[in-house]
Amino acid sequence: MSDVQPVLEVEDLCVAYGKVEALHHVGLRVGEGQIVTVIGPNGAGKTTMLSAIMGLLPHTKGGIRFLGHDVGDSEVEQMVARGITLVPESRALFGEMSVEDNLLLGAFMRRRLGFHDHENTMAEVFAIFPRLKERRNQYAGTLSGGERQMLAVGRALMAKPKLLMLDEPSLGLAPLIVKEIFRVIANLKSTGVSILLVEQNARAALRVADYGYVLETGELALEGPSGVLLDDPKVVESYLGLGGKH
Amino acid sequence: MDLQIALLLGQDGITNGAIYALLSFALVLVFAVTRVIYIPQGEFVAYGALTLASFQAGKTPGTLWLLIGAGLVVAMVDLSQALRSRTARRIPRILAWNLVYPAVAAAIVFLLKPGELPLLAQIILALVLVVPLGPMIYRLAYQPLAEASVLVLLIVSVAVHLAMTGLGLLFFGAEGSRTPAFSDASFDLGILTVSGQTAWVLGASLFLIVVLYLFFERTIYGKALRATAMNRTGARLMGISTVMAGKLSFLLAALIGTFSGVLIAPITTIYYDTGFLIGLKGFVGAIVGGLGSYPMAAAGAILVGLLEAYSSFWASAFKEVIVFTVIIPVLIWLSLTTRHVEEEE
Repeated sequence: MSDVQPVLEVEDLCVAYGKVEALHHVGLRVGEGQIVTVIGPNGAGKTTMLSAIMGLLPHTKGGIRFLGHDVGDSEVEQMVARGITLVPESRALFGEMSVEDNLLLGAFMRRRLGFHDHENTMAEVFAIFPRLKERRNQYAGTLSGGERQMLAVGRALMAKPKLLMLDEPSLGLAPLIVKEIFRVIANLKSTGVSILLVEQNARAALRVADYGYVLETGELALEGPSGVLLDDPKVVESYLGLGGKH
Repeated sequence: MDLQIALLLGQDGITNGAIYALLSFALVLVFAVTRVIYIPQGEFVAYGALTLASFQAGKTPGTLWLLIGAGLVVAMVDLSQALRSRTARRIPRILAWNLVYPAVAAAIVFLLKPGELPLLAQIILALVLVVPLGPMIYRLAYQPLAEASVLVLLIVSVAVHLAMTGLGLLFFGAEGSRTPAFSDASFDLGILTVSGQTAWVLGASLFLIVVLYLFFERTIYGKALRATAMNRTGARLMGISTVMAGKLSFLLAALIGTFSGVLIAPITTIYYDTGFLIGLKGFVGAIVGGLGSYPMAAAGAILVGLLEAYSSFWASAFKEVIVFTVIIPVLIWLSLTTRHVEEEE
C-alpha cells in the first residue's frame, strides 16, 4: 500500500447526528489507480462516511486530504471541482430528463472549469454502457434498476473524476446486473481512476478491490489487502457466509 | 351581453392572462428551485412599470438608488465572507457586479437623459436597473436561510414584499402612472378591434415563453436549473451549487416580472402597490396549475385573466373576490387528488 501515491487520505474522522456519534475515528487511504472497498453491515455508517468525505455532511473531528491538499472544509461543489464524484445509494438521477441530458449535467463542473470535451467523454461512456446509448432519448425515470445504476455511474464518469466513490452500486439489482456492474468497476481501473467502493455485497467487492476495510457500528474493525480479507476467518464468518468460495 | 362585448372582454382577459402566465412561470420556477413562495414577484412588475414611467416624466427613478444601495450591502457581505474563507479569486467578480455595474448604470442614467431616448432604450434601461435587484434580494434575504423550511421562507417573502412596497411608495409616491402605448395601431378582426398594445403584450409574452423554453431545454444552465428542481442533492453532486441555481432563478424571475410591468404599464394605471395584486393573480394561476407544471400554470393564468374580465362585467364589485375564490375549490380538489409528498431532505 505504501508504495502507491495516496489520492485520498482520511484521518480520525468523526461524524455525529446531534449527540449520537455515527462515525468514530475512521481513517483510510485510497492509493492512485486503486480500488479500495469498505464493507460492513447495514447501518455501520458507510453512507455517512462517504457523505462526510464529499462535504454533504459536516464532520465533528478529523482530516480529509485529497491529492495532498486539505479539503476538510470544502463544499460539495468544490470537491466536484477538485475531481471527486460520488454516486449515492439513491442514484439521485434527474428522472424527468433524458439519459443524454443526465450525462451532460455530469460534465457540468468540467464545462464550468473550461473543458469542453463532453462529447468525447459521452462516447466513452456509451462504449462502456451500450444500453445507455440505445436509451439516450428516454427519460431517466423510465429506466430499469440496472440501467439506472449504469446511468448513475456513467453520469459520474462524465466529470472525468480522479476519485470515484460508489455507494452500494449493487443494491437492489438482479444477480446478472450485479455481475455486469462489478465487471465495469474492475475495468474502470485500466482508465486510471481511483475508486472507493462501499458495499454490503462483500464477496463481490473484495474480489474487484485491491484493499479492503471492514466498518462495524461506526468503527473500522479490520483492514487488509482484499486477498487476505477474503481468507480471514472473521470476515468469512460474518460477511461471506457459510457458502464458502464459489 | 352581446357578442361584441363578450369578445372584447375575452380579449382583455387573454391579455391580462398572458401577463399572469408569465408571472406564474416565475413563481413556479422560483418555488421549484429554491422552495421560496415568491410574494415579492409583483413588486418587480410595479418597479418595472414605474421606473419606465419615471424615465418618461424626466425624473431619476428611485430604483437606481436602491440598486446602488443593495449592491453596496451585497458587496460588503460577500467581501467579508470571501476574506473569512480566504477565497480572493472571488473578489473581482463581487466588485464588478455589485459596485461597478450599479455605478455604470448610474452614469448612463445621468449622462443620457432617458426622458429624451426612444421607448425601446427606456425599456432596456428600466430592465438594467430593476432586474439585478432579483439576485441581490436572493443573496441578502434567502441565501442565508437556504436550508430553512418552506414556512420560514414564506415569512421572509412577506417581509421582503412589505419592504419593497414601502420603498416603492418612497421612490414613486402615492400617485399612479401610466405609460404611452407601444404603438397606436389597431387591427379589425371581424367585429372585434384588437389594440396594438394587446398585440404587443401577446406577442412579447409568447416570445418570452419561447425564449424561456429554449433556455430550459437547450442550454446547460437551463438544464442545471431543472436538475436542481428535480433533485437538489443530485444536482449538487454534479457541482451545480444551490446558491448559483437560486441566484439564476431569481434573476429570471426579476426579468419576467420587470418585463411584465413594462408590458402592462400602458394598459392599467400602476401604483406603488399594484404589483401585489397582479402577482397574486399570477400566483392563483400557478396554484390552479398545481405549482409544478409550466403549461398547467399558463392555462390556470389565462383562466384567471378571463374570469377576472367577465366578472368585472357582471359583478365588478366582486371581481377580485371571484378570482381569489377560485383558489378554494382548486385547493380542495388538489388536496383530495394529490398524494402528500414529504418535504425533501
